[in-house]
Amino acid sequence: MDLVFKALADASRRELLDRLRADNGQTLNELCVRLDMTRQAVSKHLGILEEANLIAAVKQGREKLHYLNPVPIHDIAERWIGKFERQRLQALSELKKGLEEKS
Amino acid sequence: MSKPTFVYVTYIASTPEKVFKALTDKEATAKFWFGNAATSDWKVGSPIQFHREGKLILQGKILENDPPRRLSYTFHSMHEPHNGKEPPSRVVMELEKQKDQVKLVVTHDDFIEGSKVFESISNGWPLVLSSLKSYVELNRAVLHAPWYEQKDAAAS
Repeated sequence: MDLVFKALADASRRELLDRLRADNGQTLNELCVRLDMTRQAVSKHLGILEEANLIAAVKQGREKLHYLNPVPIHDIAERWIGKFERQRLQALSELKKGLEEKS
Repeated sequence: MSKPTFVYVTYIASTPEKVFKALTDKEATAKFWFGNAATSDWKVGSPIQFHREGKLILQGKILENDPPRRLSYTFHSMHEPHNGKEPPSRVVMELEKQKDQVKLVVTHDDFIEGSKVFESISNGWPLVLSSLKSYVELNRAVLHAPWYEQKDAAAS
């Protein structure tokens, strides 16, 4: 779990996860497009995310595709969010989203 | 081959044999898969069905069965709100022994464009895999599926 928090404690790495969330299964080249980071930096960040199991890499031919793996984040949620809190939290989250969209 | 739509990875402190057995056992699946009991003779080409509380939830056909390394079947969602309207997609489970743990990789693909099943799946797998891990490691499936609870609460 330390690895997951460490991996998430970086805005660039969270941005990479956001980009995979929007479009899953990207190559290193695809991920480098429109990013203000060197290829080496992206590659290093992907390594850290993969080590934390937040990204699953799959080889397809000569390419390596990166997938967002939400399982560790889910495990964290399960540890601290109880069975009955989930629906209330979801309601709060939707309220926040709705209000923020209006303003 | 198109690229896989989903890839989920979890590490389980167990052996590939035990995890594979859990994935292919009626009682075990019923426990960690929130009541969905899998039945099949597990031969390639044979049907597989998941029933929950007597209702057919999921059915498919076994595509590969190579214990304890690889299991694959088609995935045809029969429950509300899909009711079998979409053609089947495909699930592949790969198990790899890594020292004292198993790396389980689940890939799910072959969805139709704009698939509604796809949306349900993206919430479902992390929960199922967490529950499988708890079941195999601690012999308890500690999780509850919120989508059933909401339905159960509405019914009561």
